[in-house]
Amino acid sequence: MAKLVAILATTHHPFYYRTSQLPESEAPPFAGAWVSKVAAYRETLARTRPDVLVMIGSDHFHQLWLDNMPQFLVGKAPFYDANYYNEEREFGLPRLLLKGHEELSAYILREGIDKGFDLAFSNELRVDHSITCPIFTVRPQNDLPVVPIYTNIFAPPLPRPERFVKLGQTIREIIDAWPSDLRVAVIGTGHLSLELGGPRQFGPHGPDPEFDARAVEWIANGDIDGCLAHITLDSLHAPGNATHGFMDFMLVMGIAGYNKADYADHLDLFHTMEAYFTWYPNGADA
Amino acid sequence: MSKYVVNKFLFTIDRDPELVERYRTDPAGTTSWWEAEQANQILNCTAGESSTWLSLSDHERQALSTHDHVALFEMGAHPFLTLTLWIAMFERDHPEPLAMQLGYAARLAHVTLPYPDIST
Repeated sequence: MAKLVAILATTHHPFYYRTSQLPESEAPPFAGAWVSKVAAYRETLARTRPDVLVMIGSDHFHQLWLDNMPQFLVGKAPFYDANYYNEEREFGLPRLLLKGHEELSAYILREGIDKGFDLAFSNELRVDHSITCPIFTVRPQNDLPVVPIYTNIFAPPLPRPERFVKLGQTIREIIDAWPSDLRVAVIGTGHLSLELGGPRQFGPHGPDPEFDARAVEWIANGDIDGCLAHITLDSLHAPGNATHGFMDFMLVMGIAGYNKADYADHLDLFHTMEAYFTWYPNGADA
Repeated sequence: MSKYVVNKFLFTIDRDPELVERYRTDPAGTTSWWEAEQANQILNCTAGESSTWLSLSDHERQALSTHDHVALFEMGAHPFLTLTLWIAMFERDHPEPLAMQLGYAARLAHVTLPYPDIST
């Protein structure tokens, strides 16, 4: 069977790439600490020597649109072009080409459908910064094939938080049972509290630091039940109008199970809090 | 209320560099042209297989024609779409970092929870 060697749950901050490229004289005061934390986090993936990455993110109205909106979608393609004109424009993100892993995509689709998730699929998917930000942070050499899985955290009606956790638990079962000798890592990205296009955006911290502190504890402790007891689809409006991206963290918590993270770190920035978690389901040296 | 059509305007303008500039300089003309020529184009179909029923309400047309992001927020246009396009059009006019985004937020300071419903 395949070996799940690492599970990473991280924020995807589109400004990291540009900030990390700035010369010291032009970099903001928080850049050094940010780059250092990301470098340490990158090592949590590298040490597990993965062969293939299952990447969970969410399209930001790029390829997926309201005329035909899937709730959960698995990419099944040999390659994925990545990043869009408006991401180059706003964030300075370069375009990328990622390799796909069609065999694992097909397996996840078949098994996921059979286990109760009617997953949509795409044979030609251009992924956006929810997938490429963690490439820039934890795998900048972009040398591994990926299986992108998109969730709808953006266009109501959304699946409920419990559904994200359940999908994570199902993905875990599927990866653990995949008849392959490859080493698999999962990287999922979401948000803590976040406001976009509303009155609380771009403040000195995330819009709800108390929510962020609780969220970090839930994730770090593998406290799925505590998290679900406090969070509903409606309650996620309160910490910030884009906080439904936290449900991607909850999906990864479902993959990791009721286990404390082996690595947990965070960084308070303007506008949002960065957070980085890693689990080693089979031990750090598996 | 045709939030979907408003969102479709914001989406299709934002992803085209030429339309971003056209909307920045001529919001009323671009809104009129778009509603007449583009609103019914199904994005994954050919031009001969367009829809026949999409249009903007007077209030929506007025908000888009005057770059009124406050009215767009209040009517439940998707705030990510509006913000992204506004950054593309107006950040260049503000030399201080984040000045555009903070001014945008300040004009929404009167808004309280729950925010307008963005469901389409």
